[in-house]
Amino acid sequence: MTSQSKQTEMLSGAAMVIRALADEGVEYLYGYPGGAVLHIYDALFQQTKVKHVLVRHEQAATHMADAYARASGKAGAVLVTSGPGATNAVTGIATAYMDSIPMVVLTGQVMSHLIGDDAFQETDMLGISRPICKHNMSVRRPEDIPAIIKKAFYIAQSGRPGPVVIDIPKDMTIPSQTFPYHYPSEVKLRSYQPKLKGHSGQIKKAVTALLAAKKPILYAGGGVIMGGASNELTELAQLLNLPVTNTLMGLGCYPASDIQFIGMLGMHGSYEANQTMHHADLILAVGARFDDRVTNNTKKFCPDATIIHIDIDPASISKTINAHIPIVGLVQPVLSEMLALLHHKKKKPDSAAMKKWWQQIYEWRTVHGGRYDNAAPQLKPQYVIEQVSKITKGDAFVCSDVGQHQMFAAQYYGFNKPNRWINSGGLGTMGFGLPAAMGVKLNYPDADVVCVTGEGSIQMNIQELSTCKQYGLGVKIINLNNGYLGMVKQWQDMNYESRYASSYMDSLPDFVKLAEAYGHVGIRVTEPEQLIPALERAFALKDQLVFLDIHIDPKEHVYPMQIPGGAMNEMFLSKTERT
Amino acid sequence: MRHIISVLLENESGALARLVGLFAQRGYNIDSLTVAPTEDATLSRLTLVTHGNDQVIEQITKQLHKLIEVVKLTDLNESAHLERELMLIKVKASGAARDEVKRCADIFRGQIIDVTATTYTVQLVGTSDKLDAFIQALAGTTILEVVRSGVSGIARGEKTLAL
Ligand SMILES: Cc1ncc(C[n+]2csc(CCOP(=O)(O)OP(=O)(O)O)c2C)c(N)n1
Ligand SMILES: [Mg+2]
Repeated sequence: MTSQSKQTEMLSGAAMVIRALADEGVEYLYGYPGGAVLHIYDALFQQTKVKHVLVRHEQAATHMADAYARASGKAGAVLVTSGPGATNAVTGIATAYMDSIPMVVLTGQVMSHLIGDDAFQETDMLGISRPICKHNMSVRRPEDIPAIIKKAFYIAQSGRPGPVVIDIPKDMTIPSQTFPYHYPSEVKLRSYQPKLKGHSGQIKKAVTALLAAKKPILYAGGGVIMGGASNELTELAQLLNLPVTNTLMGLGCYPASDIQFIGMLGMHGSYEANQTMHHADLILAVGARFDDRVTNNTKKFCPDATIIHIDIDPASISKTINAHIPIVGLVQPVLSEMLALLHHKKKKPDSAAMKKWWQQIYEWRTVHGGRYDNAAPQLKPQYVIEQVSKITKGDAFVCSDVGQHQMFAAQYYGFNKPNRWINSGGLGTMGFGLPAAMGVKLNYPDADVVCVTGEGSIQMNIQELSTCKQYGLGVKIINLNNGYLGMVKQWQDMNYESRYASSYMDSLPDFVKLAEAYGHVGIRVTEPEQLIPALERAFALKDQLVFLDIHIDPKEHVYPMQIPGGAMNEMFLSKTERT
Repeated sequence: MRHIISVLLENESGALARLVGLFAQRGYNIDSLTVAPTEDATLSRLTLVTHGNDQVIEQITKQLHKLIEVVKLTDLNESAHLERELMLIKVKASGAARDEVKRCADIFRGQIIDVTATTYTVQLVGTSDKLDAFIQALAGTTILEVVRSGVSGIARGEKTLAL
């Protein structure tokens, strides 16, 4: 330390928290105040760089930050108080964890000397969050705050991303105690060095296998989106003329409007995607994890397939399905390396075999092809989603809740770009949709942001309509109102002889009046002919939140649906047909 | 199959809880676990005995690697290794049993480290199998208390698990 040209700034722990977030490039901090974080809120108040968004329930803060990350690829940040504030954030942390979404959650904690005494609003947030986050840490010395925050963002955003929790005892943020502030420019951890590049030998093997395949399929998941590899994936698929299927998390990583796209796979996947997977001789899995909603019975899974599996997380490889050619690394550089090899080799797969394969796939496409019965007098949810796609030119951010409406949105919207389909795939969190849409709208104010929801899910975070008013979030809510917890009802129809145990939504509020009570516009749609004018009106009201309460046919089921215990290609195709 | 996994862990609060939590959460078995700091105070060395088929063991090592605080680990079963466990065992030692326990301890190269008019406390070091065998050999006597340390393991030869 020779000359100290710039004097080190002295900041309190509270001020350091906020300054570190600003230095990390955080624009919005989603949160809710309380005793343990009041020093931090006071520091927030005294600056303008980091803007705080006050939600109405901490769960919403986590979903907002999470959805921002899903749309932008950058970690969102959350601040909540200790005890109930922190426990209210738990569902949001778990939601992000299951879908590998980067997020940093700051939770207040009681003063260090009170920890362990069952003090007022004390909960062991490190213990509670341990199994549902990528990592968690607590602050023991205020001067460590900048390094801990840097480390948290680094861990959250690198390797397989995920949420990181930082527990901050109140005495770490006392305004009168100041310390030298320095925000580190990088972090090096001896115990955490995620692999980046894939093994070249394995990549060569994969290319050889791809060129030799006669019935290949590309199965791409959320890792392609979080790994920013959509372009490379699309190029590879088109170079080799591969049929492409996406997981629920991967929708949009390959353009749905392209002829090579054969739809989502898995439980509610398309007939052709599930058939193509089942009969493939080679599966190229990229950023996907063969989870149980995809594979159906693993013992009957794709009997003839050689499996190439590219993933950043070695633990995802050969966890449920054995991979023949595993490649651990970031999907983007691995796919680039494969492309370079292919361009160099100038070889293509056997064209006669590929022609035959595609003929077979086209045949499968005609069997079901996303048909639904639109003849009934009542509005069909599939039709509503198609019309929403039409009016938004297939270019909106679609943030979904969980249930039948989610599957209809996944099947019928047609995502052509990555980061546009935002849903809770792994945890299946009802209540995710509205806060997610808010997080996206706040960060992309000029974009069309749609929340597809059901009358069950929307009521799980309906209070956020107030937050929307405060921050002027012109989200369009498409409430596919079937009067039932539809997905539960579907299972009861199929497995419990239609005994609707607690799946009927009694005493529903008047959603139009409710929207109005919060200061928004509400429109009710009960007849098919009202739909298009209502959508036109809603999307014309650019900056306003419009709540479209759309009454749909309550008898509709989501099809195809894999038959439990069966192979990939064993499906119900309608209420009366099965494979 | 039984596996002995050695782990170097950052000596930080919460790290051990995270590791143990992983086993509980994912339903893996822990047969024994020993932990203590190493010559480098920033590191703990952990020896974990578990069992499962190859796929389970592969998942265990991969999932352990994922924990941020795990610096290095090795499955000792992959090469020649040594394992030792310490046992302290308190037995009734009166009448004929008194000589019998002493003889048995000698045969197993145990040491009697505490004596009362009616009890012996024997210290024994060896593989877990040897400790089991000693307990069986004492079947005719009254065992009052058994304390086992769990296994500590190390690779044979020049191979090391170090930074
Ligand atoms: C928080 C939470 N609780 C329960 C469930 C189980 N669940 C899955 S879908 C569903 C019904 C959703 O109803 P609704 O929002 O009306 O959507 P619909 O299926 O009718 O389209 C339920 C209860 C869940 N996924 N999340
Ligand atoms: Mg419903």
